[in-house]
Order: sequence, then C-alpha cells, then structure tokens
Amino acid sequence: MSELLKIKNLNVDFALRERTLRAINDVSISIDKGERLGVVGESGAGKSVLGFSIINLISKPGYIDSGQIVFKGEDISKYSYDRMRTIRGNQISMIFQDPMMTLNPVLSIGEQMRETVFAHMNVSKAKANEICVEKLKKVYIPSPEKRLNQYPHEFSGGMRQRIVIAISLLTNPDLIIADEPTTALDVTIQAEIMDLLLELCKTDNMGLMLITHDLSVVSQVTQRIAVMYAGTIVELGDTATVAHKPQHPYTVGLLGALPQRAGSEKRLNQIPGVMPGLAKIPAGCPFSDRCSLVGDICREKRPQLLEKTNGIRVACHFVE
Amino acid sequence: MFAFTVKRIAQGILVMLIISFIGFGIKHNFGDPVRELVGERVTPEERAQIREKLGLNDPFMVQYVRFLKNAVQGDLGRSFFFKKPVTEVIAAKAPATLELVFCASLIVVGLSIPLGIYAAIHPKKLFSRLIMGGSIIGVSMPVFLTAILLIYIFSVELGWLPSFGRGETVTVFGFWDSGLLTKEGLRHLIMPSIALSSIMLPLFIRLIRSEMMEVLESEYVKYAWAKGIKPRRVWYVHAFKNTLLPVITVGGVQLGIMVAFTILTETVFQWQGMGSMFIESVTRADTALMVSYIVVVGAIFVVVNTIVDIIYGLVNPVVRVTGRK
Repeated sequence: MSELLKIKNLNVDFALRERTLRAINDVSISIDKGERLGVVGESGAGKSVLGFSIINLISKPGYIDSGQIVFKGEDISKYSYDRMRTIRGNQISMIFQDPMMTLNPVLSIGEQMRETVFAHMNVSKAKANEICVEKLKKVYIPSPEKRLNQYPHEFSGGMRQRIVIAISLLTNPDLIIADEPTTALDVTIQAEIMDLLLELCKTDNMGLMLITHDLSVVSQVTQRIAVMYAGTIVELGDTATVAHKPQHPYTVGLLGALPQRAGSEKRLNQIPGVMPGLAKIPAGCPFSDRCSLVGDICREKRPQLLEKTNGIRVACHFVE
Repeated sequence: MFAFTVKRIAQGILVMLIISFIGFGIKHNFGDPVRELVGERVTPEERAQIREKLGLNDPFMVQYVRFLKNAVQGDLGRSFFFKKPVTEVIAAKAPATLELVFCASLIVVGLSIPLGIYAAIHPKKLFSRLIMGGSIIGVSMPVFLTAILLIYIFSVELGWLPSFGRGETVTVFGFWDSGLLTKEGLRHLIMPSIALSSIMLPLFIRLIRSEMMEVLESEYVKYAWAKGIKPRRVWYVHAFKNTLLPVITVGGVQLGIMVAFTILTETVFQWQGMGSMFIESVTRADTALMVSYIVVVGAIFVVVNTIVDIIYGLVNPVVRVTGRK
C-alpha cells in the first residue's frame, strides 16, 4: 500500500511566558492509503495536539517547532495559510469530540454543509444541496432534504455526530482525523457511530486517524495502534498484537486498567501516579516515575522507539 | 414566533402599568391639581369645593383607575405652566429628542460593530490597543464634560460648529419639526449626537469585543477553521452572528437608556427637546408634565425593548422554535 501521510520527527512547542514546553516530542508515524490508525493515551498525552498539528490548527500559543508532515508526497507543514486551506476540510477532514459544541447553533445544517462544499468546489447551490443530501443519506439521516433547513438544537447528540461525519465526507477526503468522536455520546450510540465510521472508511477506502483514550474502541476499528505518553509514542504496531501482547510497561498498565467481562471480581489494576504535566516530564524515560520495571538507565537515557519482536516498535530499555 | 411576540407585548403592557402607577403615585403625593387649575388667589372653601368636584377626595385606587382611563385615551392632564394638554407639549418637544437619539444610535451602531470586531480579531495590533485605550477614556468621561470640551474645541476655538439650539428646522407630516433635512439642522446635530453617544459607543465596543473573543474560542469556530472555509466567513458569519445575541439584549436596553441620557446633553446644548423640558418642569414644579415625561420615556423604553426581544427571536433559532409551538 502507498503511503498517505508521514510524520517525521515532529516537535510541537507551546511558548509560555516563562518558558517553552514541548507537547509533542520527536514523533514519527505514518498512515497508508485507506489505513486506520488508532492513537491512544491518557488525557494530556498530546494525542489531540498531534491530530491538530497535521492540519496546522494547533491552539495558540502552540506551534510546530521542527519536523515534517508529508501528505501525498508534499511537506504540508510549510504550506502558507491559503494553501493549507485547500487541504483542511477538503483532503483531510476532522471530526471533533462533542457534537453539541461543534455545530454552530445559529446556522442551519444546510448552511454549515454547503459552506464546506463551496470552500472547496466550484458548484452551483443546487448541486451543493445535492451533494449534502447524498452524504446525509450515507450516514443514515432520514428525510435529509427536510433536515437541511433545520438547526442543530433540533437534533440529538448521535444525530449531530452523524451530521458532522457527513460534513467530513462532503469533499471525499483521503484522511479523516477523528478526535474522540464518541466520548461525549451514550454508550449505545457510541457503538453505532463507530460502526458507521468503520463502514464508511472501508467502502470509500479512506484513511482514519482515530484519537481516543478508549482501548476497546481502537481494537475494534483500527489496524494499527500508537500508544502515546507525555508527548511521545511509546509503543507502535499491529492492533491485534499490541492489544493481546502489550510490551511497553505503560501499555501493559493501560490494558490492565480495563474492566474485564462480567463475573470477574478482580480489582482493576491501576497505574500508580498520574501523567506528569509538560513542565515536569522526567529526564530519561518519561514513564520512569510510574514504571514498575524502572532501572538506573531509565532515569538517564531516553529510550528510542525501536523494533522488537513481532514487528512491534517499543520505546523501553527493558523490552527485548 | 407569533406566541412569542404576543408574550413580549403582554409583558410590555404590564411594565407600563407599573410605570404609570409609580408616576401617578408621584403626582398624587407631590402635585396639587387645584393650584394648577386656579392659582393662588382662591379661598380655601372654594378650593375644597373644586377638590370634591374633581374627585380628589376619592380613594387612591379609584383615582388611579380614572387616571389610567384618561391615559389610555391619550389624556395625561394639563401642564400648569404651558396651559396646554401635556401630550401636546410633549409631542412638540419629542421630535428634537428622538432625532438626537436616532443620530447618536447611528453613531454607536455604525462604529461599535466594525471597531469591536476588529479589536476582537486582532487583539494584539496597535490599532486595537488604541481603540481599547480610547474606550476607557470615553467610558470614564461624564457626558457634560465631553459636551463642554466639544463646545470649547469646535465652537469657541475653531468656530466650526454651532454650540446651541437646533438650527433651521422643517415641519414634515404637519407635526414633526425635523432638523435632519437642512444643512444648518444637521450641523447643529453633530456635537450633541457625539456627546450623547460618548458613553454608549465605548461600552458597545468593549461589549462586542469581549463577546466576540469568547465566541472565537468556541469549539464551533475551531471546527469552522478545520473545514477550511474563508476567514471572512468564519469571522462574520460563524462568530459575529453568535456575538450578536448577547449584544442585542444588552444593547437594546442601553439604547433605551440613551433617551433618558438626553437630559444632560440637551441641557448643555440648549436643545429644545424632552430632556430640557423635563428639567424645566421640575424647576417649575409642573407635576403633570413631569409625570407624563416619565410615562412617555417609560413607554419608549418598553417599545424599544419589545422590538429588541423580537429581533433577538429572529436571530436565535432556539427562541424561534419555542415560539412556534
């Protein structure tokens, strides 16, 4: 398969008044055409920043310090604002976390959909409406023609997320970045939305970067998984392998913290401590303060993300 | 939308009832209608007779209902000084005030929206800092000081603009004395309008800026950026439309308040409107005129607010739907 997106040695910094903090530290990752990649980690691990840095929309005062973001063979991180706009929402779409907040409350659904079409395609209003209706059908919104004139508050949360997905499909993008797309929804609706996303990616051969803290979601939908901790990738590889045989102590801890099926009354395993803030990431291995395997080398040297057994890449001194 | 409108109008009527009650209370307790009718040289016995004949010995509520009945028919009493029905006096003075408020509102709306938006979009630029600094000065300077400064600079020192009066007016529709149609009338309007808008304009700029900055941080604006649409559309359609909602609610009240603020401006510029009329009626203890000024200004206030609420309903789809039920 050909490579769609390749992030090379990306560093993202946040310039604060006193000092500059590094939110993304030397991350390299790639997504092939039509591939589904899961990015998991605790809150504050830098997953969302990674997603937003791809379309160069990091909230201020964040900025890309160095590294490359190669999309279809071109480094888009150096693109001018106007050139970047032809990528955003066009070839790379985003789906945000809370559908209650992402749709503008005072604009009709039709208006919010058409503006995306008009921004990237030179079509008439009738044609734009046609495209909108077609995509709303794809996400199973009933009587889409009528729905176009309605406002966000007339839809339920799940429906709104479907609309957001429909908006992301309008321009037939090559890659969708979904930032916690189901976190704000009911559990039953979560599954529906995930199934829908999976189905759409498969039929249109779209790439998907699924950012979530929910490991079970990732293992159902994605082919590869990247585990992030404090701005770095600590484990990267085939989803099935990582989920069944995690190697990095952090991934082991994450999986151990998942509730098992009914009947098991074992206590859930916690990872002791909390993830350090950006200002307090320890020298050496960022996980060293919470790791059970920690040795002297971990406090001195930052482990590289290297290929271990089974083709899985792990950033740990102790994994063979 | 219809039910919503009816509800707002009903609320407006309730407010008017309360204002008229307070107004009548003032009149009842401070004014002496008998003096207003007959002057000082009438014997106490005759006064008592007139008092009984006019029903002034009736209970308060009975008199209030009578006052209301007359008020609804457009009769708010007679002015003791002008020897005319107060409605006539007010009708003659109202155009001056309303034109002044209209021009000041134009200045406020016309300048605050572009300046507020600019200051919100480019908070760090020098021009934005100048706007914000200037608005602090504007808010903290009292209207009469601004007015006197304007007169000093543009009338006394430079001699560009007239310092008092309305200039040449033209009567339109048979009753409205308008200063908007002659060059002299317009020249006379400039300084009073600026003075009157000097408090509201900075207030509006600050309000629009802070609301807009908050909206620009919202998720849906971030999402609009992610959709790759043009910055202009993000700012003026996505962000500004949402900024408008709180601005309309607060702004409507403020524009109503401007009618009351004219008292200061009209006094300084000797503007023959309702504001200066009110000050004169206070010094002459012309209670009927005072009370009707309060009632009329109250009515303008209520009408403006009702219109503002209806506009709000038109902008905000959530209100529109609740009204539709």
